[in-house]
Amino acid sequence: MGIDLPLIWFLIIGFGIMMYVIMDGFDLGIGILFPLIPGREDRDTMVNTVAPVWDGNETWLVLGGAGLMAAFPKAYAVLLSALYIPALCLLAGLIWRGVSFEFRFKADEAHKPFWDKAFMAGSFVAAFFQGVILGAFLDGHQVVNGVTVGNAMSWLTPFSVFAGLGIVIAYALLGATWLILKTDGLLQSRIKDMTRPILLALLAAMVIVSLWTPLTHASIAARWFDWPNLAFFAPVPLLVVVSAYAILRSLQGTPHAGPFVWSLILVFLGYSGLVISIWPNILPPDISIWDAAAPPQSLGFALVGALLIIPFILAYTAWSYYVFRGKVKAGDGYH
Amino acid sequence: MTMLDFSALDLARIQFGFTISFHIIFPAITIGLAAFLAVLEGLWLWKNDDTYLELYHFWSKIFAVNFAMGVVSGLVMAYQFGTNWSFYSQFAGSITGPLLVYEVLTAFFLEAGFLGVMLFGWNKVGRSLHFFATVMVALGTMISATWILASNSWMQTPQGHEVINGVVVPVDWIAVIFNPSFPYRLAHMVTAAMLATALFVGASGAWHLLRGHRQPAVKRMFSMALWMVLFTAPLQIFIGDMHGLNTLKHQPAKIAAVEGHWENTPGEGVPLILFGLPDMQAEATRYKIEIPNLASLILTHSKDGQIPGLKEFAPEDRPNSPIVFWSFRIMAGLGMLMLLLGLYGAWARWRRRLYESLLLTRFALWMGPSGLIAILAGWYVTEIGRQPWVVYGLMRTKDAVSNHSAMTLSIGLIILVAMYLFIFGLGIAYMLRLVKQGPESLHSEAAPHGPSINQRPARPLSAVNEPMSSTTKAP
Repeated sequence: MGIDLPLIWFLIIGFGIMMYVIMDGFDLGIGILFPLIPGREDRDTMVNTVAPVWDGNETWLVLGGAGLMAAFPKAYAVLLSALYIPALCLLAGLIWRGVSFEFRFKADEAHKPFWDKAFMAGSFVAAFFQGVILGAFLDGHQVVNGVTVGNAMSWLTPFSVFAGLGIVIAYALLGATWLILKTDGLLQSRIKDMTRPILLALLAAMVIVSLWTPLTHASIAARWFDWPNLAFFAPVPLLVVVSAYAILRSLQGTPHAGPFVWSLILVFLGYSGLVISIWPNILPPDISIWDAAAPPQSLGFALVGALLIIPFILAYTAWSYYVFRGKVKAGDGYH
Repeated sequence: MTMLDFSALDLARIQFGFTISFHIIFPAITIGLAAFLAVLEGLWLWKNDDTYLELYHFWSKIFAVNFAMGVVSGLVMAYQFGTNWSFYSQFAGSITGPLLVYEVLTAFFLEAGFLGVMLFGWNKVGRSLHFFATVMVALGTMISATWILASNSWMQTPQGHEVINGVVVPVDWIAVIFNPSFPYRLAHMVTAAMLATALFVGASGAWHLLRGHRQPAVKRMFSMALWMVLFTAPLQIFIGDMHGLNTLKHQPAKIAAVEGHWENTPGEGVPLILFGLPDMQAEATRYKIEIPNLASLILTHSKDGQIPGLKEFAPEDRPNSPIVFWSFRIMAGLGMLMLLLGLYGAWARWRRRLYESLLLTRFALWMGPSGLIAILAGWYVTEIGRQPWVVYGLMRTKDAVSNHSAMTLSIGLIILVAMYLFIFGLGIAYMLRLVKQGPESLHSEAAPHGPSINQRPARPLSAVNEPMSSTTKAP
């Protein structure tokens, strides 16, 4: 019995996607919050808080895509093919967001409002379709002869649309609490006032998903509610309540890092809840990580590179966040 | 319902071809400019001549914008194998996937580690460490290209694998990576990137010379570019010839399509068809102008040597000759013009009229995009010439494509085309605008050492401060 390579790759890709969700989550969240903050200077400050780091965040998504193809080619192929339209919309949203991010700094005054709108729309579309893809992924795909049963629009269900909105709200929360950490003064207090309703909306969405998925998927219900799983997994919802309470507490007075750290924990809990629901499938409801795995020769070869380079990337990422620590004030963008 | 009655397979191929054609322009310039920047910095350190430093700052801005465009356009590529080529990914993801992972890791490593130092590290690290970072970036771009070309070459000349239960299993990674066409393709592509960049740099210099900007930095880049063209154009023709011989050995149908060659006459050599219209239905090349025995001479190095004709392959195994035939002639024709430019430049230099010859500067200006056009044409030759196979001899393209309807693909294609033309059109316009500003003298007060002093490492595009358009205020 050797090393369980598919399991290791599941962890690596799971980690990569989580890094992506958390890090691109807060900078997409800033675009989602844009409509609520109309002032030119405030918007510049908001964008400046993520300017140094956002494109590094996005690279995790490229790594996730290539990693999924290398380690679980069947899941990569079937899933992306079934989700052609939402995947295309997600990529289009990300391209718009990325380009408008840069161009709004370089555009003249007459064109800045256009790039602001493009930035909002790109952020919203990218976040929404990430949620749609997540929802469609959880809904499951019946695979026959390497193709999913259904048509080009099968991904469009009430649940996937709801999941799309849920991710938009989750990213808005990450964005808002990140801004509480990175800004001060009037802007910070305005963002603070928005955080509470966003948090409550996210909690409502989490509750609805937690009821919706077990009610529609017997396997997910069994995973959570059968004994002794109930005892093992009960801490997850309990910790959700704890972190939500902690966010509300930390919003009192002059908050700093507290709301953001607790929001990260909250999002991480939601993410682990999803992993618990689908484990060990990489293509719910019935294709496991071992069924979809590439041959060991592929997994082993790619693993060497991943283990050599990912630690370096993590160290560099940590360093660059350290370099850019502290509050961003109006006008002192690094541009 | 469908777009101009294309089949779903055609549309999937058009979509992939369109997105990758847009993408490849940026990495090609990235590879060439990174090497150019390393040379400039090396020369500056060696000769202590500030003209090289002025050029370094000028071209590093264009490099930064170009790099960012490459990253954005590459995002789509990581997912398109899954969205459009589902059955290919299931069949050969076990080989393409790990090679792409290495490419992404290399690019990630490069961007994380050295690009920041290169673009933002002036005044922060010592001269030699900065030079080291530039060299590492140049090396990194080539390593990235190596992984991509290994992956592509394996699809052209697969080896080192077994097919088990309908899935490719890599059994020998060294054989997979160093497959027969890989060394030639890598050499041909990297040289193409250098040549295309030299032509782009030369055209930029020519543009300024034609406008009477005759400062030392402008002359220097024009001169360096023409030296580069003089040496790389013949080198590229030589490598291309070897690549062609390699293709004849492993993919004879591609060469037959390139030559518009349908059948051999016993005992006679193969003519080189300069111009003609290959007709797939009639199985003949019409209206041809040919030079007797020349194709034999080039491809078999003997006067009467024969190469397989297209009729020797079953109709369903033939690549589309008209497209491949003409793409090849565009590439090779431009290659000859590049050779001519290099020689003309050398002659003008010998006559001490390098910067004075109006004809030379105009010629160099018009040749600016020729390297990129030749790269695209060359890729069309090798990719369309590989058809009908996606993995040569192992999997047909029609069996690789996802089962989308033509309607779905039409919608996808429209979204991508509209977005790419707008976004990358703006990006390219911005790059050209930076080129037009020209190198700034280090002694003028407006020129800081690289990006502003207080700037901290960040994204590539933030290394550039120039606005996108010249109007400063809304009317």
